[in-house]
Order: sequence, then C-alpha cells, then structure tokens
Amino acid sequence: MRPPLGRYILRRVLYALPTLLGVTLAVFLLVRLIPGDPGRIIAGLLASDEDVQRLRIELGLDRPLTEQYVRFLASVISGDFGLSAVTRTPVIVEIGIRMRATMMLAVTSTALAVAAGVSAGVLAAAYHNTAVDYSVMMVALGGVSVPVFWLGIMLMLLFAVHLHWLPAGGIGTPAHLVLPALTLAAFSTAIVARMTRGSLLETLGLDFVRTARAKGMGKWAVIIHHALRNALIPVVTVIGLQFGTLLGGAVLTETTFAWPGLGRLLVSAITARDYPVIQGIVIIFAAMFVVVNLVTDLLYVAIDPRIRYE
Amino acid sequence: MSEGARGRGSGPPTPSVGRSAWERLRRRKTATAGLVILGLLLAGSLAAPLLMGDPNEVDFAGVLQPPSLEHLLGTDQLGRDLLTRVAYGGRISFLIGALAVALGLAAGIPVGVISGYVGGTLDLLVQRGVDLLLAFPGFLLALTLIAVLGVGVTNVVVSVAAAAMPVYIRLVRGATLSIREQAYVEAARALGAGDAAIIVRHVLPNCLTPVIVQSTLQLGAAILTAAGLGFLGLGVKPPTPEWGTMLGEGQTYLLSYWFIATFPGLAIFLVVMAFNLVGDGLRDALDPRMRVLGS
Repeated sequence: MRPPLGRYILRRVLYALPTLLGVTLAVFLLVRLIPGDPGRIIAGLLASDEDVQRLRIELGLDRPLTEQYVRFLASVISGDFGLSAVTRTPVIVEIGIRMRATMMLAVTSTALAVAAGVSAGVLAAAYHNTAVDYSVMMVALGGVSVPVFWLGIMLMLLFAVHLHWLPAGGIGTPAHLVLPALTLAAFSTAIVARMTRGSLLETLGLDFVRTARAKGMGKWAVIIHHALRNALIPVVTVIGLQFGTLLGGAVLTETTFAWPGLGRLLVSAITARDYPVIQGIVIIFAAMFVVVNLVTDLLYVAIDPRIRYE
Repeated sequence: MSEGARGRGSGPPTPSVGRSAWERLRRRKTATAGLVILGLLLAGSLAAPLLMGDPNEVDFAGVLQPPSLEHLLGTDQLGRDLLTRVAYGGRISFLIGALAVALGLAAGIPVGVISGYVGGTLDLLVQRGVDLLLAFPGFLLALTLIAVLGVGVTNVVVSVAAAAMPVYIRLVRGATLSIREQAYVEAARALGAGDAAIIVRHVLPNCLTPVIVQSTLQLGAAILTAAGLGFLGLGVKPPTPEWGTMLGEGQTYLLSYWFIATFPGLAIFLVVMAFNLVGDGLRDALDPRMRVLGS
C-alpha cells in the first residue's frame, strides 16, 4: 500500500534542492543589484585597486551573468565564499568560528521552547477556560508581542544589574547562556504553547477521545495516552517554521548580549558593507532553515501514520 | 465564510462544549482592550506636535535624568525629553507599519489573485518564487534587503513589505482557489461574466476577511521588524525618534540608566500586543473556523 519510506525521504530531499539553488541565485543577484562596480563592492572599500582588478579576473566579473553565477555556485558548493572584505580571512573560516555559538544558542532555545511550550499548552488545554488557561494565554500573548532585544535588556537589568545573579553578556560559562537562551526562546515558546493548546483542544473533541472518556478513563490518562500524540503532530511543523523566526531573533539576541555568533557577525558585516560575509551568512542561514524544515517534514511522517507520502 | 463549506474532514474544529457566551464576551473584551490601547497611543502620537516641544531639542545640562515631574519619562544621553521622543516615535512606527503593510498588500494581492485564478504554469512559477522568499526567515530577508538598499525610512518600508509579501500572496491565492470553484462563480461565468468582472465582484470581496485579519497582525509584526532594524542601527537613522533606533542609539547607557531602554521598548511592546489582540479578536469574529487554533 504505502510506497517505501526511503523513496519518500529521497524525494523530499531532492525537492529541497531547487529551493537551495534559488537561495544562492537570489543572493547572487541581490549583491549585483547594488549600484556601483561589483568588483569594488565585493573587494570592499579598503581594498587596493590591484586587489579589485585581481578579484575582477578571479570572479570573471567581465563575463556574462550566467557564467558568473555558475562559478559562484561552484565555489559555494565547495564551501568557498570568498574572502572577507574587512579581515581578508576566508568567509568560511569566519563562519566556522562563530557557528558553534549560534548553534548552541539556537538549539538550547528550541529545546526550551519545546519543553516549556508543550507543557504550558497541555496545561492550558487540560484546564480549558479556567484561570490556568487564561494565564498561559496571557503570557503567550506577551511572548509573541515583546521585542526580543527589549526583553533581553529587561532581563539583563533585572538579573545582571539589579540582582547580580547572572552575567550581562559575553560567552564562556553555562551561566552566560541562560539569559540569551531565555530571551530567544520567548517567542517560540509562546507559539508552541498556543499551537499545542489549540491542537490538543481539537483532539479532545474527537470521537476516539470521547470514547476513551466514556469508558471511564481519567482526563490525564486520556491526554497522555491518546490525545497528546495526535495533538503534537501539527506542533512539530510549527517548531520547524519557528526556526526561521529563531534565526532572525538570534541576530537581535546576539547583538543584545554580545554573543559571538553568526548573527552578530552579520550585523557588523552589514555595517561594514562586507558583502562576501553577508552573502555567506545569508546563504548559511537560509540553508539551515530549509534543512530544519525538511527534517520536521520527515519527522511529521514518522509520527503520523495517517500521512500518505505520495 | 468563504471557506466554511470546505470542511477539513477532521470533525468540528472546536469542542462545542467550551464555547460559552461568556467566553465570547471575554474575547470581545480583550479585542476592545487592544483597540483602546491602540487608540490612546495613536492619539498621543498624532497630538504630539500640539502638546510637546521639539523631540530633538538637546539639553546638555540635563542629560540622563531619571523620571521626574518635569520629564515624566526622564531624559536621554543628550538631555532630550523621553516622553516627547516616545510620542513622536509613535508617528514614525505607525507610519512605517501602515506603509509596509499597504505596500505588501499592493504587491501581494494582485499576484496572489492572478496566480490562483489563472493557475497552471504561471501559478507554479509564482509559488516556487514564494517558496524561495519563504526560505529566508522574515527578519533575515528584511535585513538582507537593508544590506543591499541601505538604511532610511523608505528602505525600511520596502524591506519590511518585501518580507510580508509572500504571506499575502499565499493567503490570497488560497482564498482565490477555493472561491474560483464555488457554484455561484460558475453561475456568474455561465451568465457571461468576464474574468475581470468575476475577480472584482466575487473573488476580491471574498478574500477580504483573511486579508483584514492578516493585515492587523502584520501591522504589529511590521512595527516589530522595523524596530529590530532600528535597534541594530540598520533602520531609521538617528536622530529621528523611532523606538528601536532610540534603543540602539542609547546602547552604551541601557544598563546604567534603566529608563532609556524601558519606555521606548514598552511602547513597542504595547503597540504590537494591541495589534495582536485586535487581530485575534477579528479572526474570532470573522473566521470561526480559526478560533481555537490561533488563540
């Protein structure tokens, strides 16, 4: 009946490739849309005329756009994003140095958002229309509305400046991770909580749940053994989509907390007009987002037997 | 109601038991609260030139003053009155939000309607383009465009609108697809109505509900994105009192003088929350199908 899972996975992976190609094309074209000499733009304002000339030949900037793109794509695939216009280090090295910090922050925040969001959402649904439900929804409303950088500053003022419990910024000890991770997780936690609550409420209204209740099963037993598994399916997708917002939020969070990750590097690259670095980070971020969504799509199939993978 | 007939086959979306009249009232109350907050902040911003002085007037004798009777929200690192700047900042933020959403709609609605109505290869191409735009996380897309276009009010509006546009295209296309197949549209076509007439008279009015709900939520999101850009120093240029820019500008003082960051940020928070309250309320009122999922 069902086609083999392996083939479905392969098809989904192949489907993500055009999107990744499109991402590189969009970034390539965007940088060439900037008015001015692309050689000068890519080399940076500090580069000497000879450097610019060398780059022009190296990148084939006098050649047709299609040829330039093919060259660009070939080097991106081999991990060569060119040299930073400011530090003259390979962009891939710059990215590599900061990748760990960003991943640490993003993974911790996502884990936090899933744990707190799902628990809060389950509580809200289990105690639907009670003070518990309203409180969770109120906090969630705050979570989707609060500017992430402001939340970070407020947490710093309270926990670092006022109470001296945690460091105000920087990286090093686990204590340094607490405030940035909480800040970055706020929005995703709220979204996951809303989605879990909505989805669980919907599931609790379905026939099989009513049957289980009618059999005499307790509320929590029904939720844990029957409803939750079904209710969490759409939540998985939302977590994947949230990852995009999380990456955007990471740019702001890292800047607020002087967290030495990719987001902060991106901001300083934009300020310094360091286009090779901008190009590289944007492509990496978009690729991470595409891959995370691919993984959640596959997870979705793994946990929901009803999905037909055509 | 346009999509109401197209059930999702998964039973009733809301447990009908929990939907008491009391809860509807409560929901209406929260939406009303949102409207009141918005009204007050908008009125304050609009009236700022009548009630207050120049938001850029510096006073080096009175820098970094905590809140007092003279300066209700204190003064910043240049001695500028924070209340005046927050009030004037509302004008910029509301303007950017409104323009960005308007621009996103102006581009997104026609593309979405045509893509959904014409279908075929055109639809496929447009949808691949939307996929591509959605491959960039929203804030990152706006940030990338700013990197290319440069800073300033106009470029912030364009970048924020571009980040919102794919959402509109997808939304309007979906609505168009479902409406195109409705019996009354077929009837209109059988009676000889042309495509343009069908789009204007039937498709567009029926797209309105989801578009209004989405736009309200997007107004908050647009203001949030613009403030984020401003905080990074990549949005509206100082000394223009945009809320995010104010925070970015005062960065060195944020932790030593609590009021510098607290009030402009609180303003953003309140406005975005108010738009979310109103948007959620509108969705509940206009689109019963969505009730539980979003709230």
